[in-house]
Parts: sequence; structure tokens; C-alpha cells
Amino acid sequence: MPVMNIIEAVNSALHIAMDSDPTTVVFGEDVGYFGGVFRATVGLQEKHGEARVFDTPICEQGIIGFALGCAMNGLNPIPEIQFADYMFPAYDQLVNEVAKSRYRTGGMYPCGMTIRTPYGGGIHGGHYHSQSPEAQYLHTPGIKVVVPSDPYEAKGLLLASIRTPDPIIFFEPKRIYRASKAEVPLEDYEIPLGVAKVAREGSDLTLIGYGAQHHQNMEAAEQAAEEGISVEVIDLRTLNPLDVDTLEESVKKTGRCVVAHEAPRTMGFAAELSSLIQERCFLHLEAPINRCTGFDTPFSNAHEKDYMPDAPRVLRAIRETVKY
Amino acid sequence: MEFKTVSYLDLEGNLSKDFKHKIKKEELIHWYKTMHRTRRIDERCITLQRQGVINFVIGSRGEEGCAVASAAALTVDDWLFFQYREQAAVLYRGMTTEDYMHHMLLNEKDPSKGRQMSNHYGDRSINCVTVSSTLATQIPNAAGAAYAMKIRGEENVSLCYLAEGSASEGDFHGGVHMASVRYAPCIFFCRNNKYAISTSTKDQYRGDGIVPRSIGYGITGIRVDGNDVFAVYDVVKKAKDICLKGEGPVLIEAMTYRVGAHSTADDPSRYRSDDEVAEWDPKDPIRRLRLYLEKKKWWDEKQDQEYLEAMYQEVEDAIMVARNTPKPSIDSMFEDVYHDIPWNLQEQKEFLETVKEEEGH
Repeated sequence: MPVMNIIEAVNSALHIAMDSDPTTVVFGEDVGYFGGVFRATVGLQEKHGEARVFDTPICEQGIIGFALGCAMNGLNPIPEIQFADYMFPAYDQLVNEVAKSRYRTGGMYPCGMTIRTPYGGGIHGGHYHSQSPEAQYLHTPGIKVVVPSDPYEAKGLLLASIRTPDPIIFFEPKRIYRASKAEVPLEDYEIPLGVAKVAREGSDLTLIGYGAQHHQNMEAAEQAAEEGISVEVIDLRTLNPLDVDTLEESVKKTGRCVVAHEAPRTMGFAAELSSLIQERCFLHLEAPINRCTGFDTPFSNAHEKDYMPDAPRVLRAIRETVKY
Repeated sequence: MEFKTVSYLDLEGNLSKDFKHKIKKEELIHWYKTMHRTRRIDERCITLQRQGVINFVIGSRGEEGCAVASAAALTVDDWLFFQYREQAAVLYRGMTTEDYMHHMLLNEKDPSKGRQMSNHYGDRSINCVTVSSTLATQIPNAAGAAYAMKIRGEENVSLCYLAEGSASEGDFHGGVHMASVRYAPCIFFCRNNKYAISTSTKDQYRGDGIVPRSIGYGITGIRVDGNDVFAVYDVVKKAKDICLKGEGPVLIEAMTYRVGAHSTADDPSRYRSDDEVAEWDPKDPIRRLRLYLEKKKWWDEKQDQEYLEAMYQEVEDAIMVARNTPKPSIDSMFEDVYHDIPWNLQEQKEFLETVKEEEGH
């Protein structure tokens, strides 16, 4: 089985999707001839033609609005927004139209699409190439949110997303686009949406994360083990639909929970997870659910390392929660 | 560059010899009847709003010609994307008065399941895409739907209605721009009706209306008298030909006037004079077509009275049926958010059912 990075795995998934479904169309800024600024769409235009794989003007609201029209009329669009920070020009189309299209038309017009977009910090991208805006879309009925953490996950989750008849934002962890490597089958496979992965079993504390943060969490769990703390690490994979049963089962077992993400703390997804878990596991909790997150500040380039909830900071949250 | 206004029918109902299309008598009478029925439905809905039966109504008085003639120039396989003042096009395509009233009353027979405000009609069986309140969002949607037709090799177009106010939104640029670079077969039909709620054109744009913007996008632009049904029909036919020749989208600016209020939540007497409105009486699209039909001896006062009497009754009957049709079920509130109902919506649905049961509903 070949070893791939996340870019290569995404590219492999896109080739398979375009081969297996003639209604798929891929478009966005620089995705066609050039193959994308991160090279995720390399070779698609050459193989599948300019009608199905094309460059667009720099106009995110046009890209997403156009994608919705394609979806309404029988295509399966896979638009790319070059950075998650640049989804905001398309925010109205996403939140008011794409998310609501099936609902407001009484189910007459479909709106399935998979919007690929790189997110997150750690690449010295400053505020406008580092944000993690997933919570914005988790607060929007109608949109599903998927965040893969490694190449194997990325390929299987992307293929499953493309074949799901709902609008999905597929946040790709650009910090580990090339750093994360794994064995990835060349053939077609899917990882079902709505199923979290218990990446490491443990008995003292449940540590929940997703995307690039998952790797910081795994590192922190390893260090905690050296201190005699047994941490169960869960990679959510899909934020909506959420696999709440796996979280509940784990926290009932461990009695302690830390949720970690890069996004700002206030109204971040950790707040929702914390609320859901206390509703379901209140009598099993030995300590308050702890959040290890980014700060409620914009993303400062000079202070990038200070902003990130990295492994040492996650370890600190683990220790705090265990000692409580 | 000057954009002349295409017009064939004068204010006395005389049709220019330059109009080359052959349109059957029955078809023209159908246009006339559809415009009249639309106007009557609008009037009755506005009254029902005053009586508290309907929450909100947008009338289309004075602009029925834009909608009917543009729909008539296309086939039912061409998709229509609306702004919201184009109910005459939906009725032209075959939505019955009763079905229209089911939507206006937001009951269980409303195709949109009562989820939006009234006047947000749509019907997939006649390729009428449901209205969205957010202005101009339909423009890039129409471009994408047209592109799907193009890459499948279909001989059809999208027609997207908008108005001079919504042309100020970023989605106008996004939609027309995407359609132009992708050569999408899309007709952008802008009703320049002089008002966006209270804001007149002098505060909406500085240039010569909307159509000169076509030059910037490298596409064909046409200006037409929106109250002349023959001219609207002609330019939409031509626009479809241009689209299907592979030349890309067309921007049409139909010059018209919003005779009524913006909606039932508006009072136009606060921002414009009765004299200004009265200037548009002779240009009324229904009046002009009727004068033409009478000159051709295809229509007379007696036929008009008979038609109006029957149609008024049809509208009253439809209102009664729609008023007596129940609201959509509670279940339907949780459907269509996603393709399948996820656990959280299932839980919330069960919660609401329990609450309703406890409250004795």
C-alpha cells in the first residue's frame, strides 16, 4: 500500500470521484490548469476536461452561488475555496441559500455539494490564512462539517462526503497537508460520516479533538502516559453529524473530559460538546469538562506559537482535570 | 454607447410592422387573461392581508407584462429563477389559481410546506425555482443551473429575474461574471421598475441604468419597454438564441414601473406623488394589449365582462378552498433540513410532540 500525504490522498479521492460519477464538477480559484495552490487538484483537468474542472474568477460568492445552481440542476459540485478565511464573501450564499435550499423549497431542489477548504494555523499565514471558522457553520442548520486528521481519513471521508446528498464543508488541515503521512489504499473506499474514531484507548480521561489538533492531542496523551495518566483520545472526524454516543460511552467510562481545538474559545465547538456531555454524563463526571482552545483574539502572526493549543498546553489541561 | 429601448406596441395598441414573430390569437388572449388574473389575485391577497388572513403580500401591478411575455418566449424546460414580483410567469406556466392560493395561505398543499413568507412561490414540475427573500442570490444560482444544461448539451436556458435594486448586490456581479466566463446560457432579466422599496433610481445607480454593465462583462445587453409584451417576447426569444449559439449570457433591462406599493408593509405615498404614478396609466401592459386585441377584433367588452366574472369567481373559490386547508404537519418542520433526519433533530421533534401533547394540541 502506498504512503501518501494529505494532499495526495485528497487528489486520489477527487480522481476516483470524477471517474465514478460523471455529474461531479470541480472548480475554484487556480484549481484547473495549475492544479490548485496546494496542488490538491493536479491532473484533474487534464484527465476530465475543462468543462468539468475549471478555474473561476476570484469571486467566492459567485463560486458558491454557481455551485448551488449546479447542484439544483443535477450536478455534484466540489468547489474549492482557497482558504477557509475566504469563505466569508460567500457566507450569505452558504448560510442563507446552500444550507436552506432543500428546506425552503419544500424538498423540491437538492443542494448536495462538497466545499473543500484548507483551515487552521501553524503556517505563518497571519490572520487571513490561519482561522478555524467551523463553529460558524455548525450553528447553521443544513450544513454538515467534516474535518479529517490524516491521509487515510482524508480520502475515505472525502469520498463519503462527495456521495452524501447534503452540503458539506470539508475543512482540510493545511498545517499537516504534507507532514502527515499514512498508508492509503489506491482503490475506492469510504469512511462513514457521523462515526468518531477512538484513536487511543484509556481509562482516566477522554480527550476530544479533530483535524490537525488531533496530532497535538495524541502527543499529549503519550506524554501523560509517561506520568501514569491513561488518556482515551477521540478523533471526531465529522463535527456534524456528531457521534455523540461514542463520546458519552467514553466519558461515562473515564469520568473526565478535555476538549481541544484551535478555534477561539468563546462559542467554539468545545462549548457545545461540553454542554452535550454534561447533559448525558453528569453523574459520571469527576471534574468539570475542560477546554483547551485558541484565544478569543484574532490570529496574530508574530504570536502564532503562543496562540496554538499545542501538546504541552493540552497536557497541562489533562493534568489540571485529573488533579481536580 | 447608447442602448435604445426596443418597443413595438404604441400606447394606442398599434403594433409596428418591425415585429416579425407570428403569435396566435389564442396565445395572445392567454397572455391577456393571465395578466388580468394575476392582477386580481394580487388585489385579493392584499385585501386578505389587511384582514389578517395572509401575513405579507408583494403585488406586481404594472409589471405583469414583463413576467408573462418573458415566460411565453421560453419553453417549460427552460428554468425560471425569480426575484419575487413575477407571479404572472408562474401562473402562465400553469400553476392554478387554487395552487397559488395554497401557497399564499402557507397551508399543507403549499409546495414549500409553509416554510417561507407568502409570495415565495416555486414548483419544480414547471421548472420554477422557489423564491428566496435574500435579494440577488438567485443570480449566481441561475448561472450554475444554466451551466449544468450547457455541459449536458441541452438546448435550454435559465432565465433569472432581478430588478435595478438587486443589481446593486455583490451577487449580481458574482452571478453575471461567472456566467459570462463560463458562457452559461443564462438570461438575466432586470425589471427596472424605478423603486427599491422607497429608494429611487437616482440613489440606486449613477450610470445609464443597468444594461450598460453588459459591456464590462463582454456579453450582449438589450434594453426593452417592459410594458410592451411584444417587445419583451421578442428580446427574450433573441436572448435565448444568443445563449444557445454558445455566445454566453444576455443581460436584458426591461423599463417598467412599480405601480403598487413594494409590499403590504410599505406606504408609497410617503415618498412619491400620485401624479407620478398616474403618468404610467396609459403605459399599463394589460391596457395596451387589450387595445391591440380589440383593434384586431379578437376581443370585446362583452367577452371581457364574461371573462372577468368567471375569473373573479375562480379566485374567490380558490381562496375558500385554500383557507379551509389545514396547516402543514408538525413533522414537516423537521424534514428537508438534511437528506436524512439526524439524531438531534429526531430528539427535538420528539420533544415538540411531547410538549404539544401536554398542552393538549
